[in-house]
Amino acid sequence: MPLDSTQPSKRDFSVVGTRPLRPDGIDKVTGRAKFGADATAPGMLVGRILRSPHAHARIKKIDTRKAEKLPGVKAIVTREDFPDHTNGDALLYDVLYNIMAREKALYEGHAVAAVAAVDARTAREALKLIKIDYEVLPHVTDVDEAMKPGAPILHSTIFTDGVEPKPKKPSNIVRRYEFGHGDVAAGFKQADIVVERTFKTEATHQGYIEPHACLANAGPDGQAELWVCTQGHFMVRDTCARLLGMDISKLRVTASEIGGGFGGKTTVFIEPVALALSRKANRPVKVVMSRDEVFKASGPTSSTSIDVKIGVKKDGRIVAADATLRYQGGAFAGSPVEFGAMTAFACYDLENVRAVGYDVVTNRPKQAAYRAPGAPMSAFAVESVIEELAGKLGMTPIDFRIKNAAREGTHSSYGPTYGPVGLLATLEKAKQHPHFKAPLGPNQGRGMACGFWFNFGGQTCVSLNVNNDGTVALSVGTPDIGGSRASMCLMAAEELGIPYDKVRAIVADTSSLGYNDVTDGSRVTFSTGMATIHAARAAIKKLCARAAQIWGIPEEAVTWEKGYAKPAGPNAGNFPPLSIAEIAAQAGATGGPIAGHHEYSADGAGVSFATHIVDAEVDPETGATKIVRYTVLQDAGKAVHPSYVEGQFQGGAVQGIGWALNEEYIYGKDGRLQNAGFLDYRIPVCSDLPMIDTVILEIPNPGHPYGVRGVGETSIVPPLAAIANSVSAAAGVRMTSLPMSPPRILAALERQAMKRAAE
Amino acid sequence: MSAIHVTTKINGDVVEYVCEADETLLDVLRNRLGLTGAKEGCSTGDCGACSVTIDGRLTCSCLVLGAEADGCEVGTIEGMADGEELHPLQRKFLEHAALQCGICTPGILVAAKALLDKNPKPTETEVRFGLAGNLCRCTGYDKIVRAVMDAAQEMRRA
Amino acid sequence: MKQATTLLAKEKGKAFILAGGTDLLVRLRTGFIEPDLVVDIKRIGATRAIAGVGGGFRIGAAVTGAELGEHVKLVKAWPGVVEAANLIGSKQVQGRCTMTGNLCNASPAADSVPALVAAAAKVVIAGPKGKRTIPVEQVPTAPGKTSLKKGEIIESILLPKRPPRSGDAYLRFIPRTEMDIAVVGVGVSVTLDPKGVVTDARVALGAVAPTVLLVPEAAKALIGTKMDKSALDKLAAACSAACRPIDDKRGTRDFRIKVAGVLARRAAQIARKRAGGK
Repeated sequence: MPLDSTQPSKRDFSVVGTRPLRPDGIDKVTGRAKFGADATAPGMLVGRILRSPHAHARIKKIDTRKAEKLPGVKAIVTREDFPDHTNGDALLYDVLYNIMAREKALYEGHAVAAVAAVDARTAREALKLIKIDYEVLPHVTDVDEAMKPGAPILHSTIFTDGVEPKPKKPSNIVRRYEFGHGDVAAGFKQADIVVERTFKTEATHQGYIEPHACLANAGPDGQAELWVCTQGHFMVRDTCARLLGMDISKLRVTASEIGGGFGGKTTVFIEPVALALSRKANRPVKVVMSRDEVFKASGPTSSTSIDVKIGVKKDGRIVAADATLRYQGGAFAGSPVEFGAMTAFACYDLENVRAVGYDVVTNRPKQAAYRAPGAPMSAFAVESVIEELAGKLGMTPIDFRIKNAAREGTHSSYGPTYGPVGLLATLEKAKQHPHFKAPLGPNQGRGMACGFWFNFGGQTCVSLNVNNDGTVALSVGTPDIGGSRASMCLMAAEELGIPYDKVRAIVADTSSLGYNDVTDGSRVTFSTGMATIHAARAAIKKLCARAAQIWGIPEEAVTWEKGYAKPAGPNAGNFPPLSIAEIAAQAGATGGPIAGHHEYSADGAGVSFATHIVDAEVDPETGATKIVRYTVLQDAGKAVHPSYVEGQFQGGAVQGIGWALNEEYIYGKDGRLQNAGFLDYRIPVCSDLPMIDTVILEIPNPGHPYGVRGVGETSIVPPLAAIANSVSAAAGVRMTSLPMSPPRILAALERQAMKRAAE
Repeated sequence: MSAIHVTTKINGDVVEYVCEADETLLDVLRNRLGLTGAKEGCSTGDCGACSVTIDGRLTCSCLVLGAEADGCEVGTIEGMADGEELHPLQRKFLEHAALQCGICTPGILVAAKALLDKNPKPTETEVRFGLAGNLCRCTGYDKIVRAVMDAAQEMRRA
Repeated sequence: MKQATTLLAKEKGKAFILAGGTDLLVRLRTGFIEPDLVVDIKRIGATRAIAGVGGGFRIGAAVTGAELGEHVKLVKAWPGVVEAANLIGSKQVQGRCTMTGNLCNASPAADSVPALVAAAAKVVIAGPKGKRTIPVEQVPTAPGKTSLKKGEIIESILLPKRPPRSGDAYLRFIPRTEMDIAVVGVGVSVTLDPKGVVTDARVALGAVAPTVLLVPEAAKALIGTKMDKSALDKLAAACSAACRPIDDKRGTRDFRIKVAGVLARRAAQIARKRAGGK
């Protein structure tokens, strides 16, 4: 339900929509900003984690005696130091098992022990002295293999949920999901053309440049502090406290500046281990992951295998759409297949639609969220078939999409009925865009795709304090991952009617605010922004009351306008306006500090849609692909700071380019990751890319006072498909596996040539 | 291997330190000298977040031993601004919103300055290849390239 | 240099030579090696210079990629060798890395090595028993292994004098545009007569066998021709036929075989153009 009834579209903004410098900017261009690994404490020890070299092994015995005797070693922890406090909470138990292996190591890189020592060299030596007796077990890393009967079983406790009757034998299939409506079989009977294909995507990593890092300081009194780079320090606090059996109040967590997350820093890995080491050593302990550990032991996203079948009438109307999605989420339940299934057909107005998803476990690291988790893969599969159908119908891909696009009133494939949404607007704008009419060079192809993301709300708590000089200190609890402090300052300044630079926003620690959900789901500008607006309104109410007190008139007789309290009308009296600074200066005499707060579970996050257009050039002799032109069109609801909105569009597109062309987790037959580094896990470099053009559309979200929609995630949903469509057009062969690396493209070209020769 | 005494110049100041023979310059800067502007993203020379200059040449400080800096002049992000005056690149990065999380920013600024010192009028392609050793995962590089080109133009006018 | 070779010869534990350090430090950091001795040869004067010798060049072992690229005469005479060396790593790595280090790592995918082999380069090795000179292709013997004996250091690389109308080129295939290890690398050096007929050629392939390959059949395909289509087809076929690659995380066997031929054809045409061929 919208929390605000004002008509957002009619509002004139004074500072929202401008592009001021970010408040944390100077620190970040001078090297002063403190990120996770930059923290130090007196007497600090170095923590290091020992990890399983095996993809799947029973841990028969752990012998730490030799390591304990090494001079300089101050603490060693193993599974024995993490008793189960999870009280039957299965998801939390998985987290516990993931941060420190218990009876089995479930993937290469699974933590099995940790050491705190006086320096890195001693810690490294100590790890070598820990003896672990493993019984190596058969392993499985591929999603389709893991689903087969006879596959090595990871957990004897998994009996597939969501199927009737419930299986009596354990398997690697955690759960079956189904979404949709109508009668798919009947729909296909009406179809004139049906396209059915199977797609595969490899696992990719969020690839944030800052490895996980934290500094823990725990004492024998049961109190602890933690300094950590995370997308959600309240989540870190609560999770660590529960895993370690602490009172939440005894753990204070401060979020450092964060060097990228993209969903990958929405859980804990090293934090409980650092706390356990610190508690045992009674000294501060810093743990920083190496890049190799980031790849092997933090959370990449799923690899997938997807079947899509869509039927159309000759007039271009889709009559049935069906998909089966299989996502492996690593060694524990929770792959984002549910979101993949929900979003698969969310762009279309469909009468008969079904999406079935299977959550599968394999001997890989436990997946973590990655920007619009689950959606890019299903969009890749669906939008590839959409493009192919358009070709078969003889329609342009854009007209085919416009004909079937979801719009206001569409019963979405995942349940809800859409309010005002921007998909058609992005498509129509795309059609007029010069990119669409530009000529293509030799070996070039053009492709497009649409994408959808829900956007989240969630628990949020904000505190806004008016200082004695009328400036404003704003405390938020959602780590700033891409410039959100600037957006918060803009919204507070807008509401209060004061200049942007009179507001300063900070990310407060966990003892200073109520619980805040993590920075995820594209929720911060929406949820924390709306809380900031409401906190400002609460402060305005108090400012007006103070002015009323000064003037000796009723509170209701005072209004707030552009930073000033004014008598509401001629009847209220004739007083010169009082500025926020003037009211604040008298705060001590009129009742004390002036502040506004807001805490809520934010609802009404508007869904968002995007359309991407891509030109790719494929070298037919080598299979090398170059992206030559890229345009993003996306609905932002209202762009609070347009530069950072564009930045989200561009960043998402480029992560998509990496995913589509080169990024992949490559496993050997031994179940070990072969490319755990930035040399062979190939994220795009600057010279790989063109400029990324952006078009911001603003179809206001009725659920936000300014019309804001989240923008961070939608931008990674269309690229995989858009690039696959452009590469397929350029190469003249349909690519159905990601990444479309040069060997894959060249092999596809050769298969095609052989097929043609045979015909 | 025993500890080594090193005398070097960092951002123009004479600095002395003792380091282990196998300790990288990056570790020395961050852990011994408190210069944490150089970031460790990979420690294999693949991300560029630890970029510094040694005797004017751009390098990854994770690929240099602390002991090798003896007698050299090291330049880090901490020495880029002139007092309270930001370097034009620093200013343009802020104006163009060329950073999101900011972890790669120090390394990219050091690399961009090294590029412009050699080539004051780079094309977009030259900027892109000049910065190919610096990974950024947030921005898609678009605004970074714009900021560097704009700074170059301003520096040429100055 | 004498001191350095003596130190290395005497060390009973694991000894390593440090020049640019762009590979050594990675191996150190990852715990792949744990040296008892590291000898830094950068401060030995002779290792830092590029000198003209008998119409050719002597390149010191610690000369960096960036310094090679700044040497105008060297770039003019051996553009293929310099472009190969300049492809190693990023600008950051270029400021430190050396061709000699690239060679001594003995990676089959080393970028500068096919270009050096095509250029008929030699190396001067200093050791406890004095100096010796051998062709570049005799240095690597297997992935990660060289023919250098205990105490020996490569002091410099020798590039021969260029006859008139000569040109060289190096091309590699990588999935990105920078920062990757070659999936296939091809070095070609040619000399033409005044009519544009190839009188001499050398072709070398990287990343398609345990060591860099010199492919005489590929050179034969070019010699005596004006590099018409049929000569280039033969060149490509000879290169593909010489490949003995593996499937790995960087590329498949089939891909390497096919692309070796494609790149050979392209590199040969660049080399020919640089030699003044029309």
